[in-house]
Amino acid sequence: MIQVISFYIFAAILLASAAMVIFARNPVHSVLWLIVAFFNAAGLMVLVGAEFIAMLLVIVYVGAVAVLFLFVVMMLDIDFAELRAGFMRNLPLGLLLAIVLVVELILGIGAFRAGAVELGGAIAAATPADKPNIEAMGSLLYTKYVFLFETAGLILLVAMVGAIVLTHRQRKGIFVQDISSQNQRRPQDSVRNVNQPVGQGVEL
Amino acid sequence: MIGIEHYLVVSSILFVMGVLGIFLNRKNVIIILMAIELILLSVNINLVAFSAFLGDLVGQVFAMFVLTVAAGEAAIGLAILVIYFRGRGTIAVDDVNRMKG
Repeated sequence: MIQVISFYIFAAILLASAAMVIFARNPVHSVLWLIVAFFNAAGLMVLVGAEFIAMLLVIVYVGAVAVLFLFVVMMLDIDFAELRAGFMRNLPLGLLLAIVLVVELILGIGAFRAGAVELGGAIAAATPADKPNIEAMGSLLYTKYVFLFETAGLILLVAMVGAIVLTHRQRKGIFVQDISSQNQRRPQDSVRNVNQPVGQGVEL
Repeated sequence: MIGIEHYLVVSSILFVMGVLGIFLNRKNVIIILMAIELILLSVNINLVAFSAFLGDLVGQVFAMFVLTVAAGEAAIGLAILVIYFRGRGTIAVDDVNRMKG
């Protein structure tokens, strides 16, 4: 009983906050609703016993991606009212499209339910009964899928380098420390002795 | 009792909501990126639900890779957004045609 109640609570809050993400007027509110949606999705995943993915969702999405969104939304000075101009014009067609899509998807689920397709012929890695989820995931990730795992790390490295290269810029007119040129500076290059005649200005 | 089709319905509604978000906020690229995150989240819910109900752990491994790619995509997308804003002073993307040359 408690599973059913918590499933419906998590699902309802997830869908409501997802609606708020796309309908909120202020993008900062959108990001905050996105965080609520991620937490509830993590709850849904805990409910079926996928603790590792749920914790990853909270750590990666809420801890990193949503905060990144929040930084960018707050850093850029954008007139958001002007950006919502076409919102009401797109609404009827968008809702029609959405209804068609959701009816199609639920039709597909109904067909799957009626036994139209045979799913999951050979199980690639059966869930072990005696191990916790995180331990089982670890023993799968570091043995059978180790190359995919390292490729995921490589993708993250490329994304990090790409983001830094894209946003880094050399600014003009600011003073930065240049240690090698400072160390190479010698007194004979920078100091000059002059025998200054009386009654004339100093030439700099 | 909660079966797999409950999860499938939730994830398909979430997916459609992401598509609707892209459709409605065609100018605001930040909301578009958030809608893409919603779509990827619904895919993850789908993968995890099938993985749990079929007793196959590989779905959760795939969900982790989807998560990785989503994080990278968000970082790159926001970086492109920042340099786009620096160059144009707005993030309205309904008429992006700078690449025409």
